[in-house]
Amino acid sequence: MDAQALPLSAAASLPASPAAQDYSLFLRRDPSGQAEMAFAVEGIDCAACIDEIEDACEALPGVARARLNYTTHRLTIGWDARAEPRPEDVLAALAKTGYRAWPFEAGRLEEMDNATSRHLLRCLGVAGFAAMNIMLLSVSVWSGNVTDITPETRDFFHWLSALIALPAAAYAGQPFFQSAVRALKAHTLNMDVPITLGVLLALGVSVFETLNHAEHAYFDSAVMLLFFLLGGRYLDHAMRRRTRAEAGNLAALKAVSANRFEADGRLVTVPAAAVRPGDEVMLRAGERAPVDGLVLSGTASVDESLVTGETLPRRVAAGDTVHAGSLVHDGVLRLRTIAAGEDTFLDEIERLLDKASTARGRYIRLADRAARLYAPMVHATALLALIGWLIAGASLHQAVLIAVAVLIITCPCALALAVPAVQVVAAGTLMRAGVLINAGDTFERLAEVDTVAFDKTGTLTLPEPSLSDTSNVPAPLLAAAARLALASTHPLARAIAAAHPEARPLAEVREVPGAGVEARIEGMTARLGSPAFCGCEALAAARAPEAPDASLVAVRLGDACALLEVRQALRPDAAEVIDALRAEGLRLVLLSGDRREAVAPVAARLGIKDWWARMRPADKIAVLESLGANRRGVLMVGDGLNDAPALASAHVSLSPISAADVTRAQADAVFLGDRLAPVVVALRIARRARHLMRQNLMIAVAYNLVAVPLAVAGHVTPLVAALAMSGSSVIVTLNALRARQGGGDAATGGRRSPAGEKVAA
Amino acid sequence: MSVLLYLVPAALSLGLLGLAAFLWSLRAGQYDDLEGAAVRVLSDDDLHEDISDRNRHE
Repeated sequence: MDAQALPLSAAASLPASPAAQDYSLFLRRDPSGQAEMAFAVEGIDCAACIDEIEDACEALPGVARARLNYTTHRLTIGWDARAEPRPEDVLAALAKTGYRAWPFEAGRLEEMDNATSRHLLRCLGVAGFAAMNIMLLSVSVWSGNVTDITPETRDFFHWLSALIALPAAAYAGQPFFQSAVRALKAHTLNMDVPITLGVLLALGVSVFETLNHAEHAYFDSAVMLLFFLLGGRYLDHAMRRRTRAEAGNLAALKAVSANRFEADGRLVTVPAAAVRPGDEVMLRAGERAPVDGLVLSGTASVDESLVTGETLPRRVAAGDTVHAGSLVHDGVLRLRTIAAGEDTFLDEIERLLDKASTARGRYIRLADRAARLYAPMVHATALLALIGWLIAGASLHQAVLIAVAVLIITCPCALALAVPAVQVVAAGTLMRAGVLINAGDTFERLAEVDTVAFDKTGTLTLPEPSLSDTSNVPAPLLAAAARLALASTHPLARAIAAAHPEARPLAEVREVPGAGVEARIEGMTARLGSPAFCGCEALAAARAPEAPDASLVAVRLGDACALLEVRQALRPDAAEVIDALRAEGLRLVLLSGDRREAVAPVAARLGIKDWWARMRPADKIAVLESLGANRRGVLMVGDGLNDAPALASAHVSLSPISAADVTRAQADAVFLGDRLAPVVVALRIARRARHLMRQNLMIAVAYNLVAVPLAVAGHVTPLVAALAMSGSSVIVTLNALRARQGGGDAATGGRRSPAGEKVAA
Repeated sequence: MSVLLYLVPAALSLGLLGLAAFLWSLRAGQYDDLEGAAVRVLSDDDLHEDISDRNRHE
């Protein structure tokens, strides 16, 4: 490692020199000394990938085991206790096989999630076992009741059922019991209160009935109830866990590394998360700032489009502040990391975010709204049935039995499955279409949207600049520009090179800092860079007013000279998407932090009439509030750091995967790929999902309308309860599967094209 | 009804066996990667090494 360490001065003058990688943050050692590390792997799409990856890693010296999780796209590598773990070898081996991987650290939240998920699955297993075995006994009793079962045998079967049901319910019911107790302690009612009450009463009455040698016991109902409810709970959890895992992978692959100066002057590459305020980092041309920092030395022009939306680069020198996410065009900077609070812009963002997120959170999910109505109604009905039958002259025993039957039959099996089942299916459909959902209630809020507010830079336009129309540039000049561009790390040069992948690099290229690159092609001097460097300032001055939103790059070959326009182009399907949204009757708004001259042509091309330029973060919120005041919901789509508060304060929000970290964390959903189409798909699927959720709730209500009178009338035997419960649950689940339709052609944004190229840039 | 004396324990122990198998498989991590389990069946790992190599590169 020491061979790669650089003295301070050399590091500053040799921008391209490699720095040592420090992975110790990601390594975990178990007590026996075995080291383990997780990687998020990109590009896995078939069974063969599993073998390829695992074989490649296991062939490495010291690697004891490699296991790829195909669901979460994570690879766990375990090293022998005696071997020195070398994560860089694993990364190299994967790169050689054609996969990109990132060191990954599972968050605490995710580990807790996994534990909960396993607990739910264990409960589900226990409840399923109990339900099946008790049903075996119950069916015998039911068929015996109409033929020739002896009371002794029936009692024996009931006692056996109790023997299975009581411990099983005590174990498998925990998730509901705990949540019900928590709710009661907080003096509120949730869905778990009627569930707990129903299960406990059913079990209690059944034991009492068994003691009295009665014909019916409800052990099977109680346990089957738990089984179905646990199923719904597990589905709900599985969806959130999966989206969280996906979000974790994204965070890992988006995690920037920083070149940090160590105390001894060495330069070490560490994850940006490991950089503390006060640390000094180096920033080279073509890199994004990993942290907010104060420039100590060096000058450069930085592109802050991801921070403020402004597309024009800004010149920074010692004493200026650079925000995380800014892209360095040229030059080398040495930064001292600063914490939020030392800078006004970040301060403003944080303050606005705090305010916005406390203002939100008032939204009550559909299922909770249903539960708040449902729980008191169920309890009131049961109580009324009890009192009614007592008044009608029934014995207390008979009246209690009927009240319990009401509680069991109304227990919200279908209600508990209605919403999560739809969410799981819809989230799966969206995931295939390239949209990752952050929160379960996103669907409900998305479905209420009637206004869509877009940010311009990085949202309507592509996050990276690209070369515009070059039809009026002579071919030899264009070819020379592409070949020269290959030699530079300047983002504008990279955009030119990317547009001409067939260009061959030149042998000798001289870089003039702050100006451009120069080489000799077929005996002629070729230059690429600023208009001044290429000697065509007059041409540039004439062109500038026509292209206010573009950066002009000049190219010279011998005596010929031309200008290339590099700009953040619209996403390829932006116009179609905007038209589609307008056709659906949505109001469209454009909010940009960029200059008027840059925003106006975009708004004109897309036909968006309501647009605002030069918006500060607080201005965006103000506009959203003025839109939201008399309207139900505003969907905010944005990617910049300056959009984060607006995303948090909008009814619902989306951001592209290329967004700033803070912004992506605020968004309710993230979409992958270069296309904007996922916005339309998300809205369409959300509407369908809400429709199905409502339909499911209606089915649950209809079921109750039939079942409750039967129960109140005293006609519900355990057999009827079992049929009704499983019947309604199955119908609701099948109905939820219909949420799969409607994704359709949307899957084009797909899993395969996305993050890769973008993150690399 | 003496048949119940061995049928009931038999049924219960079979059920318990199933439950134990489920809990074991859960603990062994078999539910951690359901999609992977579905595609791993296509893997050639169990074949002789050079055969599997040939197959993979076809």
